[in-house]
Amino acid sequence: MSHTLAEKILQAHTDEEITRAGQIVNCRVSLVLANDITAPLAIKSFKAMGAKQVFDRDRIALVCDHFTPNKDIASAEQVKVVREFAREQGVTHYYEGGNVGVEHALLPELGLVGPRDIVVGADSHTCTYGGLGAFATGMGSTDIAGAMALGETWFKAPPTIRVEFDGQLEPFVGGKDLILHVIGRIGVSGALYRALEFCGPVIDALSIEGRMTMANMAIEAGGKAGLFPADAKTLAYCQAHGRTGDKALKADPGAVYEQELSLSVAGMGPQVACPHLPDNVRGVDELKGLKVDQAIIGSCTNGRIEDLREAANILRGRKAHKDVRLIILPATPRIWRQAMDEGLFGIFMDAGAVVGPPTCGPCLGGHMGILAGGERAIATTNRNFRGRMGSLESEVYLSNPAVAAASAVAGEIINPAKL
Amino acid sequence: MLVTGKAHKVGAHIDTDAIIPARFLVSTDPVELGANCMEGLTPGWVKRVEKNDIMVAEENFGCGSSREHAPIALLGAGIPVVVARSFARIFYRNGFNMGLVLLEVGDDVAKLKDGDRLEVDTEAGRIRNLTTGEVVQCNKVPAFMQELLDAGGLVPYVKKRLAEKQ
Repeated sequence: MSHTLAEKILQAHTDEEITRAGQIVNCRVSLVLANDITAPLAIKSFKAMGAKQVFDRDRIALVCDHFTPNKDIASAEQVKVVREFAREQGVTHYYEGGNVGVEHALLPELGLVGPRDIVVGADSHTCTYGGLGAFATGMGSTDIAGAMALGETWFKAPPTIRVEFDGQLEPFVGGKDLILHVIGRIGVSGALYRALEFCGPVIDALSIEGRMTMANMAIEAGGKAGLFPADAKTLAYCQAHGRTGDKALKADPGAVYEQELSLSVAGMGPQVACPHLPDNVRGVDELKGLKVDQAIIGSCTNGRIEDLREAANILRGRKAHKDVRLIILPATPRIWRQAMDEGLFGIFMDAGAVVGPPTCGPCLGGHMGILAGGERAIATTNRNFRGRMGSLESEVYLSNPAVAAASAVAGEIINPAKL
Repeated sequence: MLVTGKAHKVGAHIDTDAIIPARFLVSTDPVELGANCMEGLTPGWVKRVEKNDIMVAEENFGCGSSREHAPIALLGAGIPVVVARSFARIFYRNGFNMGLVLLEVGDDVAKLKDGDRLEVDTEAGRIRNLTTGEVVQCNKVPAFMQELLDAGGLVPYVKKRLAEKQ
């Protein structure tokens, strides 16, 4: 039988034969992930299951990245629970303090995820690793506890929507714009219970970082996974990050897709998702003149080195508008150091930016950039639900790093090409 | 189980930040989470809820983050059942794992209005609207998920699997 990427990867991890979408299969997992918000509940369930030992201490990742550096006593208590569990179980991949980065930027750069892996995480943006050709998906804490105990979990083999991109990307347009365009097209439940599979010349030319940005937001269309073929670029990335033995991966010819979309990027400018859903997408030029109070550059979506360089290219020799707080959060310690070594921080400081530590922080309204009532932010993050970044009366616009940086300078949403 | 209560109807794409905003995720306690249930939709929303009331929603209920705190908050608020046109995927799994009854009814959700008195037969997946007399039947749960439910949820299921492994 010809398999889609999703079916192919699931098949590699189960003894049952996958013959149709919708089939429920038990699969062995490659890595199980939880963070400082979701791990405490997972640990509670793990104990309630009567589990004594995690299935493999090298295949569990516990990343304390959401409310860290701990924002208050309650969050410090939660991290303490995770830390003690990690020590007791001898979990190899436990991260906090100077080791921690935003989980979905951190795990790929540590070489912990790669093609053909199945990764389950108690975090909805676990789908990011689809950018490397992994079947990766978010689950709740109790499902994750089950996977930590058994080393396997059940999946309903998803039908797949194939999205092919043709054409040539315009300047200041990248992975973020492609995925926002797709979400705008199919809606926040357009890929519900489905996998998205991306392909075409635009994808072939896109960097691994750009692919991870796209895979990251598959969940914003309701998707179970956002999958990319693993090509020479993927293999080079994996090797550079310490992995060995990975092989290329693509869907079988003749695989059955539920839906096939063919999109041309010719003439498409930067895209922005307006409040209060990620599918409320418009071209940046339609929003010109909309004042912003804050710009956030960072997160698991766009906090990688490529994103910081993109922002720096806009900010070089310019200053953030006096009425805008520009906050830049490199997503991992390695990215932080690289940005420092490349001189990007000088550019950011000259622009009047606040450069903060790696943390999810403001993306989910945790800390380090919360909005007051009536305030508006432009952010490179992934969600703009009402109240996501603070007050229920605040607004979040989602964009790529160049648009966020340019808007910080202009004090209003602007196309970087017109700054 | 037969649940009788008042319907609280909400719209489409109710996200988990609406069900329980991130600032409350520093606790795993059902009572504390329940006291702030739907605080991201309307402050003080939970005050309207009496024990065994039923949430009724349009499509894609529970979209967004994977936080299991969302079904726990609903249960903690005294809501044992959510009826929706459709559910977001992660929330659907979480609901089952937490013992929150989720009934997907498609277009029939239009037959359930805010304030209606509903009687839900959770085993049969049948909703009787006591205000209008209409009956709504939910879509069938996949066989494997029914097995999980019959086993008492994921926690006892994993417990059993672990015992078999030893």
